[in-house]
Amino acid sequence: MSIDVVMPQMGESIFEGTITKWLKKAGDKVERDEPLFEISTDKVDAEIPAPSAGVLKEIKVAEGQTVPVQTVVAVIDSNGAGAASVATASAAPAPAKPEAPKAPAKSEAPREEIPKPESAKAAPSPAPAPQAARPAPATAAKAPTSGDGNKVRSSPLVRRLAKDHDIDLTQVPGTGAGGRVAKRDILGAIEGGAARAGTSSASATSPAALSASPAAAARPSAPPPPASGATQAHAGFDSAVPREKMYFGNYEVQPMTVMRQRIAEHMVLSKRVSPHVYSIDEADVTGIAALRAKLKGKFEETTGTKLTFMPFFVRAAVEALRAYPTVNASVDGTNIVLHRDCNIGIAVALDWGLIVPVIKNAEEKNFLGLARTMNDLAERARTKKLKPEEVAESTFSITNPGVFGGLMGLPVINQPNVAILGLGTIEKRPVVIDDAIAIRSMVYLTLSYDHRVVDGAIAHQFMGKIKHTLENWTESIL
Amino acid sequence: MAPVTMLEAIRQAIFEEMDRDPAVISIGEDIGGYGGAFKVTEGLLARFGPERVIETPISETAIIGAACGMSYLGLRPIAEMQFIDFIACCFNQVTNFVAKGHYLWGAPAPMVIRGPSGGGVHGGPFHSANPEMYFVHTPGLKIIYPSTPYDAKGLLKSAIRDNNPVLFFEHKFLYRRIKEELPEDDYTVPIGKAVTRREGRDLTILTYAAMAHTCIEAAAALEKEGVDAEVIDLRTLLPLDKEAILASVKKTNKLLIVHEDTRTGGIAGEIASLVCEGAFEDLDGPIQRVTSLDTPVPYAPSLEEHFLPNVAKVVDAARELARY
Repeated sequence: MSIDVVMPQMGESIFEGTITKWLKKAGDKVERDEPLFEISTDKVDAEIPAPSAGVLKEIKVAEGQTVPVQTVVAVIDSNGAGAASVATASAAPAPAKPEAPKAPAKSEAPREEIPKPESAKAAPSPAPAPQAARPAPATAAKAPTSGDGNKVRSSPLVRRLAKDHDIDLTQVPGTGAGGRVAKRDILGAIEGGAARAGTSSASATSPAALSASPAAAARPSAPPPPASGATQAHAGFDSAVPREKMYFGNYEVQPMTVMRQRIAEHMVLSKRVSPHVYSIDEADVTGIAALRAKLKGKFEETTGTKLTFMPFFVRAAVEALRAYPTVNASVDGTNIVLHRDCNIGIAVALDWGLIVPVIKNAEEKNFLGLARTMNDLAERARTKKLKPEEVAESTFSITNPGVFGGLMGLPVINQPNVAILGLGTIEKRPVVIDDAIAIRSMVYLTLSYDHRVVDGAIAHQFMGKIKHTLENWTESIL
Repeated sequence: MAPVTMLEAIRQAIFEEMDRDPAVISIGEDIGGYGGAFKVTEGLLARFGPERVIETPISETAIIGAACGMSYLGLRPIAEMQFIDFIACCFNQVTNFVAKGHYLWGAPAPMVIRGPSGGGVHGGPFHSANPEMYFVHTPGLKIIYPSTPYDAKGLLKSAIRDNNPVLFFEHKFLYRRIKEELPEDDYTVPIGKAVTRREGRDLTILTYAAMAHTCIEAAAALEKEGVDAEVIDLRTLLPLDKEAILASVKKTNKLLIVHEDTRTGGIAGEIASLVCEGAFEDLDGPIQRVTSLDTPVPYAPSLEEHFLPNVAKVVDAARELARY
């Protein structure tokens, strides 16, 4: 029996996913729940297990391709008899580009495409003047549009004209809203005589038939990331200088991963929406450092989880959030949403980016609970095993540039929070205490906050509360 | 000749038609000595006498009932609703009786029901209505809603001469605001024909009545932004000038419909459907509409302003559509 493997829906608001890696080849045996492929979505990267045991009969969606959820990406033969008739997606990287087998297929198109100023002009600007929008034929032929005809956004008029004039819409750069192929674009393409769907021998103009035409076969079959399409218009991808000024000397072009794109968008929006103010304080954590040094071994032995400094800071932050609830908030227009839960996002650096898993209801957890939860989240972040709900609904965030030796950092607010706490490195410094110089373990604390709702007075009292909790630690940790 | 207001143009049509044809009768509340609430019928009683200028008690059903009876006996009555809102009182007579006569008995009722309609004058919920769509949904009627003195006069004459019952809506905001020079000769404007108020190539704005002026103003503003809008004034809502609508959509490929009537069940929905049936493959964007909100017409001026479409709303919608 053939079992369809589909792109799973990894959360309510997620509509598509990118296959980043196949862990099995066509013809391989798979066990039920054995990791089959890796995906990257708007929210998380994840390993997807096989829905059934059997033989992987066919891979329908190649690495690097983005497909809507519920799309069939592979077929498993649960009888295990499919090994003889295995097939791979035509989009598999190796046969498509023999000249550069190591590079991901999708990197090729942007490398050729981006430096051309004509296309840069055509893509992002919804210029009303048809002349400006009309692409030169050469550009049109190389435009990085989807290889899947259904994904080209157009209109009934544009589709009719494309059919009448035998034009391949995937080859026409769109200048309409959201990269849509508009009337002016197709008229430009007709006038320029560009992007014929195929020779007269390739009779059909449907996207499916394109793979038969020589022109289409030469294109990288995995769709390139929408580098100069719809997302180009997004704030996260604005460029401060004309694109052609970026390409000089020796260079390599790396397409952003989905995660990198999301981070870029999020950071730009956060800086644009929230007026950031920064307050800096320092805390004497000599007591905590001594406590940790003393109990580290025993803690790990009895609880099975590591004792880091992080839970101390989370506890201190939760205490402060409860004392100053406006810091534990979101902004909705002219309303301030005061969260009663203290859901603490912890920024976790990954080799391939950054993710912020959330300790839900940190105010209800004891010290061990905090330590265990955060170690578990961090571990699963590094092994791509987080669920979408585990990176959502934070009410406050903490980032720790100190772990890489940073004296302090001024972080960008993690929306929809109104504040983020940055921890510097913990180091011994000479400190004046009662007119004597002492050697103490010190840490710089920084708070970036949204001045729309949090004022300096509150911010400094909030920081004072954190400092007080850290310097007068009483909670037993075992 | 000096330019005349829409009100004067309507008055001229009534006078000239009553002069031309002794079968034409006027009937309504306060239309005699008082000259009508808006003075449309001023001087009518003195000129044609009480036999042809009939004042009635405050009973709209009496007006429509009498007019209907007269029309069956060979007269051509013009029935005035002091405010068109009150035609609701006569809904049964108009939709069940007047509209069906031709179909049921081969006896069309050659009558005109006319009255001031529309908002923008702070008339509140009972004196600002645009009830045209109740009647556009009624086979057997013709519905006219002009926007200029020339059209008002020419179309009212056509309505009076038409053998079918015609509802003639007069936008009271336009009564004294729009002036135009009229031909001295007798002329008519055909029922069922739209007119292009402004040629354009980027999108079509379909509208009628007071909104025609709003849309012309919006088109002028859009021109400065580089958007070339075509403005078509429907003038008649029933029968609709489908040919003109489809021809313009096939030319510009984008359609924005603007009406002062409320949104749900407004004629924009009907036209959108018509265009999908007749010109789907000519559309380069979604059919858009700018209308009043789905509420009664508010009394407070600030609320009424919010309720009604205006130049800014039309420009915004047109700009988005042009960009699409």
